This record gives sequence, C-alpha cells and structure tokens, in this order.
Amino acid sequence: MDLAKKLLKGDKRTLARLITLIENDDPHAIEVLKAIYNHTGKAHVIGITGPPGAGKSTLTDKLAKELNKRGKKIAIIAVDPTSPFTGGAILGDRVRMADLTNNPDVFIRSMGSRGTLGGLAKNTLGVIKAFDAYGMDYIFVETVGVGQSEVDIVKAVDTTILVMVPGLGDDIQAIKAGIMEIGDIFVVNKADLEGAHRTMMELETMLDFRQDEGWKPPVLEAIGRDNIGIGQICDNIEKHMDFLVKSDKLGYARRENVKKEIIEIAKGSMEVHIFNNNNKDNQLEILAERVANKEQDPYTASDEILKSFINRGIKND
Amino acid sequence: MDRPIRVLVGKPGLDGHDRGAKVIARALRDAGMEVIYTGLRQTPEQIVEAAIQEDVDCIAMSILSGAHNHLFPRVMELLKEEKIDDILVIGGGVVPDDDIQPLKDAGIAEIFTPGTPTTTFINYIKENIIR
Amino acid sequence: MFDKGKLNQLQSQKDTWEEGKLKKVLEKRPERKKEFTTGSNKEVGRLYTPLDVADLDYERDLGFPGEYPYTRGVQPTMYRGRLWTMRQYAGFSTAEESNERYKYLLEQGTTGLSVAFDLPTQIGYDSDYPISEGEVGKVGVAIDSLEDMEILFKDIPLDKVSTSMTINAPAAVLLAMYIAVAEKQGVSADKLKGTIQNDILKEYIARGTYIFPVQPSMRLITNIFEYCHKEVPKWNTISISGYHIREAGSTAAQEIAFTLADGIAYVQAAIDAGLDVDDFAPRLSFFFNSHNDLLEEVAKFRAARRLWARIMKERFGAKKEKSLMLRFHTQTGGSTLTAQQPENNVVRVAIQTLAAVLGGTQSLHTNSRDEALALPSEDSVRIALRTQQIVAYESGVTETIDPLAGSYYVESLTNKLEEDALEYINKIDSLGGAPKAIEKGYIQKEIQDSAYTYQKQIENEERIVVGMNKFMIEEPKPTGLLKVDPAVGKLQKEKLAKLKETRDNQLVNKNLEELSKAAEGEANLMPYIKEAVKAYATLGEICDVLREVFGEYQQNIIL
Repeated sequence: MDLAKKLLKGDKRTLARLITLIENDDPHAIEVLKAIYNHTGKAHVIGITGPPGAGKSTLTDKLAKELNKRGKKIAIIAVDPTSPFTGGAILGDRVRMADLTNNPDVFIRSMGSRGTLGGLAKNTLGVIKAFDAYGMDYIFVETVGVGQSEVDIVKAVDTTILVMVPGLGDDIQAIKAGIMEIGDIFVVNKADLEGAHRTMMELETMLDFRQDEGWKPPVLEAIGRDNIGIGQICDNIEKHMDFLVKSDKLGYARRENVKKEIIEIAKGSMEVHIFNNNNKDNQLEILAERVANKEQDPYTASDEILKSFINRGIKND
Repeated sequence: MDRPIRVLVGKPGLDGHDRGAKVIARALRDAGMEVIYTGLRQTPEQIVEAAIQEDVDCIAMSILSGAHNHLFPRVMELLKEEKIDDILVIGGGVVPDDDIQPLKDAGIAEIFTPGTPTTTFINYIKENIIR
Repeated sequence: MFDKGKLNQLQSQKDTWEEGKLKKVLEKRPERKKEFTTGSNKEVGRLYTPLDVADLDYERDLGFPGEYPYTRGVQPTMYRGRLWTMRQYAGFSTAEESNERYKYLLEQGTTGLSVAFDLPTQIGYDSDYPISEGEVGKVGVAIDSLEDMEILFKDIPLDKVSTSMTINAPAAVLLAMYIAVAEKQGVSADKLKGTIQNDILKEYIARGTYIFPVQPSMRLITNIFEYCHKEVPKWNTISISGYHIREAGSTAAQEIAFTLADGIAYVQAAIDAGLDVDDFAPRLSFFFNSHNDLLEEVAKFRAARRLWARIMKERFGAKKEKSLMLRFHTQTGGSTLTAQQPENNVVRVAIQTLAAVLGGTQSLHTNSRDEALALPSEDSVRIALRTQQIVAYESGVTETIDPLAGSYYVESLTNKLEEDALEYINKIDSLGGAPKAIEKGYIQKEIQDSAYTYQKQIENEERIVVGMNKFMIEEPKPTGLLKVDPAVGKLQKEKLAKLKETRDNQLVNKNLEELSKAAEGEANLMPYIKEAVKAYATLGEICDVLREVFGEYQQNIIL
C-alpha cells in the first residue's frame, strides 16, 4: 500500500515518515502530497508566534488540551531555529507539552528551521497538508516571531495568534513592525506579571490603527502556566473561523495563499531546474568566468541561462 | 548523508540529574544533528510515542538512578509492540558492568558509562543508525 | 594591610625580577602552558604578592573566628574545640536494611546520620504507584508511611543523634514523620537535632525532584520555618544547597552565587510572610561541594561565608550573630570521580576533604570510590570515612584556625570569588530574584554553558583527568559492587496493602480533607500534615492532596 493510502487510513507512522520526507525535500514527498491534496482544506490552521520567552509552547499545550476536551484532534508543529554553523538544532518544545505525548488525538512534531531561505515556509505548508489529510481538526504552527521565513509561515495560516508578555519594552515596537498587522488574536500571556495592563493598553492602541473589515482582533489576557484564559482564546479561535467562513474571507485568503504558494513552489523548482540541472553542462561556471573577465555582463548572462532553460523545458531527473 | 540525523534524547524515570543528557544534546547539535529533548520524568510510553511522532533515527536515554534494568528493556518492549525495528536505541549512565549484557540482549544497542567522550557517542550514532 | 611605601618598593622589585631573572628563564624554557587556570577556568597568575591583596583590610575583610564577617570561621575555636561532624549519606532499599546500615555507621564512629531517600519518596509517590516501578529503594530508602519511618529509626535514640534528611519537595511530610517517631520514643520535638534539605529552588535548577510550582513550594518552606521556630527550635530548617548546582557543572563562583541567591529568596519569602529575620535565620544552613582545586575551594568557602554575612547584615538587617553565620555541610564532588581506575578516587576524595576542612566546614560527607559505578559498598564507605578521620587526626590541619589565611593567593582568590558571585547576584536581582531567574531558565543556562565548556576541555585534553583521558590502563571489570534487591518494590507494595487494611481509613480521609481545606487557605500546613501522618496516611496520599490544590511545576529548559 502506498504512503498516500496509508496516510488517509490514519496510519500514524506513515504520517511521521511523510513529514520526514517533506522536510528532507524528498521527491517522494511531492508525489504523496499531490495524491492527498484533494483531502486537504478541512483543518483550521493556527499560527502561534511571539518573542522568545513569551510562553508560546506552554500556551499551545493548554490550547491543545482545551480543544481536545471539545472533541477535536490536534496537530502541533513546533519550529525551532537551526544553528547556521553546524546545521544542528535542539528542539525542546516537547518539554512543555510532555503530557500531550500519549494523547491519541494529538500529534506533535518538532522541526528545525534548517536555514534554507523560503524553504521553511514551503516545507511547513507541506507538513500542514499531511496533517490536514490525516484528519486533524486543528493544526498549530508555533514559531519564534522573528525572521522572514517565520513571517511567511504565519501569513499562510487561517488564524494568527500573537503572544506577548509584559515588560518587553522596546521589543513590542520591533514586533509591531513585523507582524502586528497580521495578528488575528492577541494574547498577553503571563498576565500576572507587572505591566500586563500596560501591555494590553499598548496593543489596543496599536490595533486602533488597523483597518480590518468585520473583525476586530481581540486582545486577551492569559496565564498559560496556570491554565487561565485558555477557554476564552479557544472561543475566539472558533469565532474567527466563523467570521472567515461567513464573510467568505476564508476562501479569499486561502486563494491568495495558494497563489503565493504556487509562486514559491515554481520559484523553488525553477531554481533547482535552472541551476542544479544546468550545472551539469557547466553553463553557470562558464558564464561566471566570462562575466568575471568582463567579457560579458551579468544581465546578459542571466538572460542566456533563462533562455536555455526555456528551450530545454522541465526535465525531471 | 544530506539530511540531518534526528535523535531523541530522553530521561526516563524519576532521576533528575540531566547534566549528562544536556551535554550530549548540545554535542549532538554541534555535530549537526537535530535533537529532540524531552525533559525529565518521561515514562517509556512517552519516549516511544515521541520517537514515533518525531520519526527519529535514534533514541538516546540516560539514567543515573539505577532503574535502567526496568526502564531500558521496557522501551524496547514497547518498540517491539509497535513493530519498530529501524530506530537505534542507546543508553548511558551509571550502569554496572554486569547489567550491560542483559540490556544488550534486550535490544539496547550500546551502553555508554561515565567518562565516555561525546565524540565516541556521536561517531557511534553516525555509524550505526539503521536508515 | 600593607604600608604604601613598602608596596611601591615591592612593585619595582617585582618589575626588576620579571624583566631580569624571570624573563631569562622564560626565554630558555617557556612554561608548560600559555594560560593557567583554576578548576573553574579562572585565570591564575604566576605569583601572588602583597600587591595582589593591597586593598585587603584585616578587620573589615577577615576579622576573627566567630566574629563578623566570619571569613576565618564561624566558631572562635573551630576544630580545636570540636571536630566537624562526620556524616555519611546513606540509605537504600527498605527501612529495615537502612536501619542496619545506620547502626553500623554509628558503631564505626559516624557522628550524625544522613538519610538518603529513593526517588519516589523524594517526589512524593508511594512505592505502589506505576511511575515508581523500577525506582523503589534504588538511590535511597523507600518511605511510604510513618510505619516505614518507625522501622528506619528503630533502636536509634533520636535525642542522641542528629539526623540530616535529603528531602525537599515533601520535606514537611518527612519532618512530620520524624517528629511523630520521636514522640513515640518519648522524645519531645524541642530535643530533636538535624536538618532537612528543604531547598526547592535548587531542585528546579539542578536536581530535579520538584513537585509543586514555585509559589506553593515557597509557602511550604516558610511554613516549616515558622513551625520549627516554635516547636523544633534546634532543627536546621533548610540546607541551602550549592552541591547539586556544582554537580550540574557550575563553576565555583556560580556555586556561591546561585546558592546565596536562593538563600536570599528564602529569607525574603519568610520576611514577606511576616516572620522576623532573626527568628528563622539562625536555623538556615548551607551545603556545598568540594572539588579538586584545593586552594580555589578553600577560597570559595571563605568567600561564601563573608558574602553571606554581609548580605544578612546589610541587605536584611539581621542582628543576631547566628543569623549572620554561614554554617555549612560539605560533600566531596561526585562528578569528579571516575569510573576508570576507581581506586584513584580515594586520593581525589582526600584532597577534597582537605579543602573542606581548610575551608572550615561544619560537617562532611566523603564520597566512596565506587560511586561512578554503582551504589557504594560497605568497604568503600568505610574507606571514605577513614579518609576524614586521617585528615582529622593525622594531617595536623585541624590544630590551628583557618591556616591558609594570609596566603597572598588564597586571599586574592577569596576576593575575586566574592566579587564574581556578587556580580551574578546583582544580575539575578535585576531579573527579579532567583525564582524568576529560574523560571526564565537563566541560572540553568549559565550552568549548562559551564558544564559544556568543561566537557569540551576534557575531550580536547585541555583538562586532564587522570585515568580517564590520560594515564589510562586496560582494566579488569570491577567487582564487589552493591546491588539493590529488586524485590524491594514488591515488599513495599505488600506493606502498603497491609497498612491500608489495618489503619483507620475514616480518620485518614478526614485528616486529608482537612489538609486539603487548609492548603486552599492561608494556614500553616505543618500541623495538618502531622495529623495526617500520625493517622498513617501515606506520603503519596498527602502529596496528591497538595498536588490537587497546588498543581505541579513545569520545567523550563533552555539549551
């Protein structure tokens, strides 16, 4: 039985293995993703982001438990940074979700960001599809809210939760510049800390400038550690989905996201086809030599590469 | 190999001495591996389930409390129940010599005792992972 | 301490020496290494002279033994008056077997008992909980109820011995059991002497046997302070421990800093709970590690004593002399022992013993040579104890007080360690104190960084461990190691089943319900715990009630 069929039958180990293939850019993964694509689109995908130390994992843990209590199946993708020097990573988010491990309705997968530009977002979208087809109701994607690829992921989900903590000071400005405008739900976690009220006020003020149609992003208080405020966040997650469906924003947003995804995938495979495949007959090397010797300019060289790609067409090898 | 090796570093049982496990976790990361660290007080059930979800190549466990004769074989038993035979399982900690062979018989590939350099550990994983 | 003119003269003499004689020798024969460091990676100079301690003020910085700032020791006569307490940490298997070991140790000249509990006991689980499987009786004795505690101290008169119990999260329960046993022996609580570790913060940092979150844990600790002040006045209510912090890989300076930062948090919590600092501070005690770098360790103990005295006086305004004194127990460094050529460990332990004694410890546990291999055997435990006795009776270092004082190097290092520790404490203060710094993972991260650096140094042989990365030999398998009978778990389960049939279960339930109600309120929990214990409620039952009310701690790991 092939991977796609096994996955659709709910085989957990197939799911785990498929994710590995996606992460490793294995060509088999694309085949499986093509085959299961029709079975995706049912899950509600939620991005959880915020600065380091905001308590995202603990919050995700508690949200998953609450939604599970409401009868739902949950996937969690926890992304941690890969060391740019060694390619290794320590993925420690499971520590804060340890007692979800043996819950049959929950599946947690830790991913290293692996440093490939744009690749993280592409692979995460693949993993989301795998979970979706597997039958998960909610898919959480937890990332540190810094770096373009993380922002790309957050933009690709249905609902984005931005987790803040009191006392960040200037950091709130930096976050604001990055993803403030895409948060759908704002959570001030560790609300028992000093300055929680001020952080709430700051967020509210910033949100006043946002021009959203029909959805005013709520600013919610929570203490993840003590399971306080969790039900309210879950209610808002559900409400946001209702809003997306009723306003037809869901269809629109997903279409827009798909558009971006197609572009990204196309870009990615063009890169592979143009450079990796081309390099076999050393075209790039030859051109580079010429450009370096001022025999040719880089613009013409680039045109030449594109031309030979178009003439050759896509050959999978 | 162009994909990172994935290793689950786990502390089964109640023992809270995680210096060794953390040093190993860092050393594996610095050797280019992806390390899933599970934290303290993991049951064998949790370790095996996490290993499945994370699709790891290797489970590395550390016990200093003397409970290895119960916990290590229990992990192997659970893996067998799940019909998993492509994960390398290794252990470390204060394990008396007499206990090592029975643990290997139970399916633990290797036991590393105190004083083992992390490089030995890293090379062992690189050379012995099954997939 | 030195005349300024003399110092200037000395400086120029030193310059001459460096430019002349020294330079010539160095050109011909360079030193063994580019950099010399202590066991904690602190740079060590070639030579220390009065120039390195020019700012030292004898009265302000050293003082006299038994006087502020206690740098030279907490008692006026130190070991000339009385030797330190030789206290060997022991306990394994069942209460019956541990009781035998204690009696053996007392016969051999041990002067205080030190009880090791198994992990389920330390985490508040009974032996019959599924999670306890495989752990019962392994690293210490299994105590499920008062019944086990009665057996553990059978025929040991509790008014005659002092007992140290390595118990933290459920310390209140074990202390209540100890008091109950004493009462049954006819010994009233005010006669009891001993220590409970009761140091939860270092459990979060380094040792891992936590149960409850920070706030309720701190409450239990202050409850104990308050209760003991009234009922068990000779009891050391806490042993604020750097031992495990060092074992987890910290440096000497970090050991002082994080331990004292924890201490500050406990003192602050008790003051916030309305206690008078001089009511509880005299019963605070400390617990440090002793490693191989002899002089650095001596300096560490002296620096810790001085820094704590200053903190208590200046920060908390403590007035009683005893509140200012840092009294401490020492254990030799378990992590310094090697599984290779275990006999060498006897020598390591001897050096570490010397460091603790020269540093002025109040009590000492010496590790056994085979601890990197298994639980210590009786022979090994005896050699470890003999090591202390040789230092005490043959080495001569006990005959005068603080004999290394005035060494330019030791005084300079004492200053430096105090400075470094203070810098860490200030940083922790800026993070909101030790509990916050722990929740943020800051302290753990600092320790892990040190541990990793140390490991790398060993692997690239910047640091030599004899028999492990140099001077290795082919070794036969070690023999004669102690094994715990795996039947202990079964035995404990049977005892529990029988107990639950024979005790007054109605009384147990009533007392547990009352404890639960009290936990939800603000009351001191000690009396409620004691009532539950006396009705033979099990440790697990009592801790489960508290878990229900308080919740459980979630660890934070930043690697």
